[in-house]
Amino acid sequence: MKDLHVDGLGMIYELPDGGSVEALKDVSFDLEPGRLLTLLGPSGCGKTTLLNILAGFLSPTSGTVTLGHQPITGPAPERGMVFQQGALFEWMSVAKNVSFGPRMKGVDKAHTAAQVDSLLGTVGLQGFGDKAVYELSGGMQQRVALARCLANEPDIILMDEPLGALDALTREKMQGLVLKLWKETGKTVILVTHSVEEALYLGDKLFVMAPRPGRIEQVFELPFAAQALTSDARKLKASAQFIQKREEVLSMIWEMEEQIMGHGGE
Amino acid sequence: MTTTNPLENPGSQDTVRPPIGKKPAQRKTVTFGDGSEVTGSVPWSVISLVGLMVVWFIVKVGGDSAMVNDRTFPTQGQVIKAVYDGFTEGYRNVNLANNTWTSLWRVIQGMFFAIIIGVPVGFAMGLSNTLRGIFDPPVELFRPIPPLALLPLFIVWFGIGELGKVMLLFFAALWIIIIGSRAGVLGVSKSKVHAAYSLGASKLQILRHVILPNALPEIFTSIRVALGVCWGTLVAAEITGAEVGLGAMIFAAKNFFRMDVVVAGIIIIGVLGVAMDFFMRFLERKLIPWRGKG
Repeated sequence: MKDLHVDGLGMIYELPDGGSVEALKDVSFDLEPGRLLTLLGPSGCGKTTLLNILAGFLSPTSGTVTLGHQPITGPAPERGMVFQQGALFEWMSVAKNVSFGPRMKGVDKAHTAAQVDSLLGTVGLQGFGDKAVYELSGGMQQRVALARCLANEPDIILMDEPLGALDALTREKMQGLVLKLWKETGKTVILVTHSVEEALYLGDKLFVMAPRPGRIEQVFELPFAAQALTSDARKLKASAQFIQKREEVLSMIWEMEEQIMGHGGE
Repeated sequence: MTTTNPLENPGSQDTVRPPIGKKPAQRKTVTFGDGSEVTGSVPWSVISLVGLMVVWFIVKVGGDSAMVNDRTFPTQGQVIKAVYDGFTEGYRNVNLANNTWTSLWRVIQGMFFAIIIGVPVGFAMGLSNTLRGIFDPPVELFRPIPPLALLPLFIVWFGIGELGKVMLLFFAALWIIIIGSRAGVLGVSKSKVHAAYSLGASKLQILRHVILPNALPEIFTSIRVALGVCWGTLVAAEITGAEVGLGAMIFAAKNFFRMDVVVAGIIIIGVLGVAMDFFMRFLERKLIPWRGKG
């Protein structure tokens, strides 16, 4: 398991009209292995930019990112990625999607097949291996995406609004699955979300980010993800402690939104 | 509703969508404007076909004018006989099967080379700025030129034999295939490519397992369009210097006022075009069942 170390990260996008946007400014943090970090903030706060830098899809303008003392220079299988939707390969069966990473690496077929079976069981899709992915509902497709990511045995799993396209009920169920996988695998997870409730419920650590320039505004250490393993999800989300945190974070974000509007808005 | 802890039972309740193509029994009240409800009607298609034959028959029986008379307008019987004679005795010493196969073979050869060259060029244009820069001028310049305008040049360069005709069809199809392949490559979603990189795939593996399958639907569409253009070009090209081929047969028959043979040739081209499109759609269903479901 590897430490994630982010130091003085800055990202400036040049605009075609000659201007520039400071998507990230001086972002620094350390993340120990096995944490579940959620990133929350109004649009333009740079949370997706940060995730894309961690994934290796973007190269920052300044600063460094290292995972286990190795600098991140591009995408690599040690950092798995789960997208909002549309990232499954619809020309492959569910099983072929899940086994994509191992197959590309040339891992032994029998070993991969056993691994796929076990992973499909873990995400609640036993017996769906031969189905076409486009035959599945949105929630089931995200289960496939999670299994595909896990099959590669990454050190860290990056999730870009993985549940954002799902209906409310499916979303709640999938939150449970994310927590379950996090606990069972002990992997580091970084999850971007637009939902305050989701950020509080899933994160055992939360960064509330602010825009212009994109930065980490406040860091929360949260107890809910740990509690969720023993208590009921609805009760937890209805508890006084949860509601108080939710309102605190919501008003922070509202304040940011109003400042943006005051500056001409988007 | 009872509350359940999602941790205990992380969702066995998601439902599988019904199989594509099989419509569940529905009682829709709004069908006008609902595209999914307009799938055609076989009985009406049969009536339409019969209707066309009846119109032909009536025009023929009722007509005796400068435009419609026995010399200019064959009966259905005459055309059927022309087809039969064509396949048994042949017309002007060439069997109709030979004419048909010769034309078909020219189209197949032209398409074959257009696909072999066009798909890689289209891919190159979709993947590299340098190659896009190099290929853009010729593709954009040659694309709007009607192939027949080049016929005189092609005859001079490649002769009046098979090569000239196949080259002309190749030229007619090539640009369509290049542009279809390029569009297919450019249409790949960034998150699919990113996902593949994050899963450890190499560039070559991404090309083979992500970009190529993603581009197949567009490539197929361009092949279907190019096939249509090829038939149009071929028949016109066979006017010049061809002894054998459906176009050659039609133009020879015209000179001898054998309108029954002309119409027979036209009908065979139409049927061949429909058959090829059916075949392509069959291949599409077999090879790219995911089409439009991304």
